Amino acid sequence: MKVLVPIKRVIDANIKVRVKADQSGVELNNVKMAMNPFCEIAVEEAIRLREGGQAEEVIAVAVGPSQSQETLRTALAMGADRAILVEADPSPEPLAVAKLLKGVTDRESPGLVILGKQAIDGDNNQTGQMLAALLNWSIGTFVSRLKVDGSSVQVTREVDGGLENIELVSPCVITVDLRLNEPRYASLPNIMKAKKKPLDVLSPSDLGVDMSPRLEVIRVVEPPARAAGVKVSSAEELVDKLKNEAKVI
Amino acid sequence: MAILVIGEHDNKTLRPSTLNVVTAAAQLGTDVDILIAGAGCDAAAQEAAAISGVNRVRVADDPAFADGLAENIAPLIHGIASEYTHVLAPATTYGKSILPRASALLDVQQISDISGIEGSDTFVRPIYAGNAMATVKSNDALKLITVRTTAFDAAEQSGSASVETVSGGGDAGLSKFLGEELTRSERPELTTADIIVSGGRGMQSSENFAMLEKLADKMGAAVGASRAAVDAGYVPNDYQVGQTGKVVAPNVYIAVGISGAIQHLAGMKDSKVIVAINKDEEAPIFQVSDYGWVADLFEAVPQLDAAVEPS
Repeated sequence: MKVLVPIKRVIDANIKVRVKADQSGVELNNVKMAMNPFCEIAVEEAIRLREGGQAEEVIAVAVGPSQSQETLRTALAMGADRAILVEADPSPEPLAVAKLLKGVTDRESPGLVILGKQAIDGDNNQTGQMLAALLNWSIGTFVSRLKVDGSSVQVTREVDGGLENIELVSPCVITVDLRLNEPRYASLPNIMKAKKKPLDVLSPSDLGVDMSPRLEVIRVVEPPARAAGVKVSSAEELVDKLKNEAKVI
Repeated sequence: MAILVIGEHDNKTLRPSTLNVVTAAAQLGTDVDILIAGAGCDAAAQEAAAISGVNRVRVADDPAFADGLAENIAPLIHGIASEYTHVLAPATTYGKSILPRASALLDVQQISDISGIEGSDTFVRPIYAGNAMATVKSNDALKLITVRTTAFDAAEQSGSASVETVSGGGDAGLSKFLGEELTRSERPELTTADIIVSGGRGMQSSENFAMLEKLADKMGAAVGASRAAVDAGYVPNDYQVGQTGKVVAPNVYIAVGISGAIQHLAGMKDSKVIVAINKDEEAPIFQVSDYGWVADLFEAVPQLDAAVEPS
């Protein structure tokens, strides 16, 4: 079985983003970029499936600008076997990404597609669900446990009320949550080896997908700032403030 | 403009998230329907019919809808969406599973997690963990939207909508619900609580959370946690507040032993009053707190417990 792992290049999770003065978006120039943290978990899970003998090949695929090749090399250094870049606008919309990924899925015929539950830039939480819809495949979203046994796939999902167990018909799509695994770091020898692994580049037209955006960004602004308040030094003072100043208890 | 709200429920009771989504829907138009897709879900449908401002409750009662499987419910939404200009669902794990699947079937670019409505096609939504707010205009004829429930008040419950049945969708044969392990608690639900007492890595153990639970029970509060505390196994996943957990906006959020990573702040910075208790006075949480108390939480929490009056 092949496993396809779509990944995204985003602003590093530890960087505080700055909104551009012209309100057109957030500043991406000279900002440290990295693999979306949920995508790292997806890559790790796919590699573990191959190491455990449940998968033969792990293919990482990114949709984005040519610099996304660096992110794909990171996935290859972690252990993915080969990579595909679909070169597109820096911020394609989830529906368009899902259509491109469907195109790649049709070409590669994986038994499983594993991706992050959301990207930490747009916070959309849509792409995996949309891909599964376009493929008419089953899906496990917010997965914190994955068990693949031949054609049977069982997942545990982290839902608002607790945990939920679902059985999926293969092939299927999985979107991963934080607690599925701890992603590994790529070792230096593996980073060197990753440079020689195959990386193909496709364009949206190769996959017959219309990338015209459906949403128009009118403006992007800073959220209202919260000012730091006052310090208290005792429980009595805190309770007094909450009761008589803020009037919330 | 007719608007469809996807009602969230467990067949027996309606989830409060539905009330917030109805308020958002009412800002778009007066013709609001609610879809209740479930199995033996009469009680939930009756509850939905009592929400003020709802015109009609459409009930799809089928064993395939019992457990909220997206593969079965999305085609149902697909089948009736053409009767509407907008389809809204809560941005909860329920809505996030189902609505993007319906959006792709309808070839619509969904707008996720809106916190404001500027017009029938223009919406405000947080991006980058709420560190930026984007205003976006949809050029799709039909709008599919998930709603950040904390950004909209709960609708009143003094209505009397008609209840009708609707069919469509059904068992797609793609997935099977096996079971669930839900956290049972007598405390208020995290997303609707007036007061939340939340613990972080500083709690150091699962046992120490008992201290926060005691304080929470005295104050009538819910208990939350940071990702670090959940990852460490101190509390279950459904306690997590943050960019990728629950988004909350109580009257008072008491952060105990939480440093204040941006991913955590994303889930609670719309709280009315934020209290931070942390022994590290440089902790970023103090930059957003109304009341900060630099103290060892193991001394501070029992003192606070003694100082508050029972709710």
